[in-house]
Amino acid sequence: MHNQRVNALTNARPAHPTDSSPALPSLVSIAINGLAFQVVEGTSVAAAMLAAGEACRLSVSGEPRLPLCGMGICMECRATVNGIPHRLTCQVLCAAGMQVTTE
Amino acid sequence: MTASYDLVVVGAGPGGIAAAVTAGERGLHVALLDDNHLPGGQIWRGLHAASAASHPHGETFLHWTARLRGTGCTLLAGWRVVAAPAPQCLRIERDGECRDIPYRRLILATGARERFLPFPGWTLPGVTGVGGMQALVKAGIDLRGRTIVIAGTGPLLLAIASGLARCGARIAAICEQAPLARLLAFGLSLGAFPGKIVEAARYRSSIAQVPFHTACWVRHAEGAGRLQRVTLTSGRRQWTVDCDWLACGFHLVPNIELPRLLGCTLSEGYVAVDAFRQSSVGGVACIGELTGIGGMEKAILEGEIAGLAAAGHDAEARVRSSRLVRFERFARNLERTFRLRNELLDLARPDTIVCRCEDILYAQVAQCGSWREAKLHTRCGMGACQGRICGAAAESLFGWQVSGDRPPLFPSAVSTLAAAPQVTEHGNVSP
Repeated sequence: MHNQRVNALTNARPAHPTDSSPALPSLVSIAINGLAFQVVEGTSVAAAMLAAGEACRLSVSGEPRLPLCGMGICMECRATVNGIPHRLTCQVLCAAGMQVTTE
Repeated sequence: MTASYDLVVVGAGPGGIAAAVTAGERGLHVALLDDNHLPGGQIWRGLHAASAASHPHGETFLHWTARLRGTGCTLLAGWRVVAAPAPQCLRIERDGECRDIPYRRLILATGARERFLPFPGWTLPGVTGVGGMQALVKAGIDLRGRTIVIAGTGPLLLAIASGLARCGARIAAICEQAPLARLLAFGLSLGAFPGKIVEAARYRSSIAQVPFHTACWVRHAEGAGRLQRVTLTSGRRQWTVDCDWLACGFHLVPNIELPRLLGCTLSEGYVAVDAFRQSSVGGVACIGELTGIGGMEKAILEGEIAGLAAAGHDAEARVRSSRLVRFERFARNLERTFRLRNELLDLARPDTIVCRCEDILYAQVAQCGSWREAKLHTRCGMGACQGRICGAAAESLFGWQVSGDRPPLFPSAVSTLAAAPQVTEHGNVSP
């Protein structure tokens, strides 16, 4: 199961406008709710959480929520990143050693 | 007050980049600010030198980003405007850090977001916006082999369906709520824009086998904990499609909160501007989707005009301004073509959530007589997105005037809110 998740994540495409060569994407390791995942550099935290099958947040009435707008408007992608709560994970890129936890 | 920048441009999409470049190349000291970590806005999101070659807008992207690098503009990436604590001063925030950025002139290019309408099941994991789905794919989501229904309204549906199919997604259906006759009339009106016709034809032919339903919309979405199927309808007929994702959005609404906070006069939902894109507030110009949803070319032209005007090159600005007419006509055509059908306003059931931040139900909101009353009595629009999603929905559903922006424009650290305006001679913003 864990391997499948890693595959799903490593298949993600990098989104790096400064890259001019389609070299092999480099991977970074992050932890989502304590589980380690490898993701392609340039992947947003929201995309990594989706691939890992984690809801970003629970709503006021307890519904699991995933991003709606994908662009920092709807606030559905809020999660705790490196101890800072309510980060908009759509707008945060995965970085090596990053710790992501859901509320 | 000594301004540290001659010009601050808010929003680094095509329009904002064109404005910053045009003014910067004419000697102005310019800062270009955006809440994303890279310039490009939504339409150029994720483009880079290698991918631009095969992208319909690649050439334009490369042209403007190369010029941007050449101007020496200060790029403030990842910063978001939260308030205007003093005249000619914006308070910006990034990762809990706060700065005040003084300016002499301001160009707002804050773009647009999707309009969302509540329907049963729209809060299920697996339901996103249309642009939202594309943004998530560009951010790294792998859709290969996944089944997607694309629904709502607007020219984005076809463009994004084509893009998602290229990423390996299986598009089960595209449902455009506008009737075929209106779409055909829109197609005919594009005579002045042969490029747009070619683009649309290319998108359609790339997914020629995908059913494209007109006068069709999502009735509801269902699934146990996650989206599993959607029920589509054309009014007379109703059918169900199994899918992993539903991308649903109803055209665009301008991100008008900042100009409204600064006191810019609005007209029919957009910022009222003159031929040089100057708003009613001195020194503040508004361009792109803020003056009418019209896409990239309109935004770039307006950016050039406002940039020229900011640099005092009025004659050049006037020449370019004369080219705006056909883009303004295009914007009006878009609005007319993709206006919402009445059936869409009746999709929500009493227990359908309208405000996703506070989980306020349709029945609660419908009891109120105005947006203000809904906010005060139900907390609708009082959550983290501050009504950006449910406010636009309430405008459509109830015909309410949504207003009353107060700082902070986005949830901010207490220290950001409490700080006194800090303006130094050389500014205090580091990129």
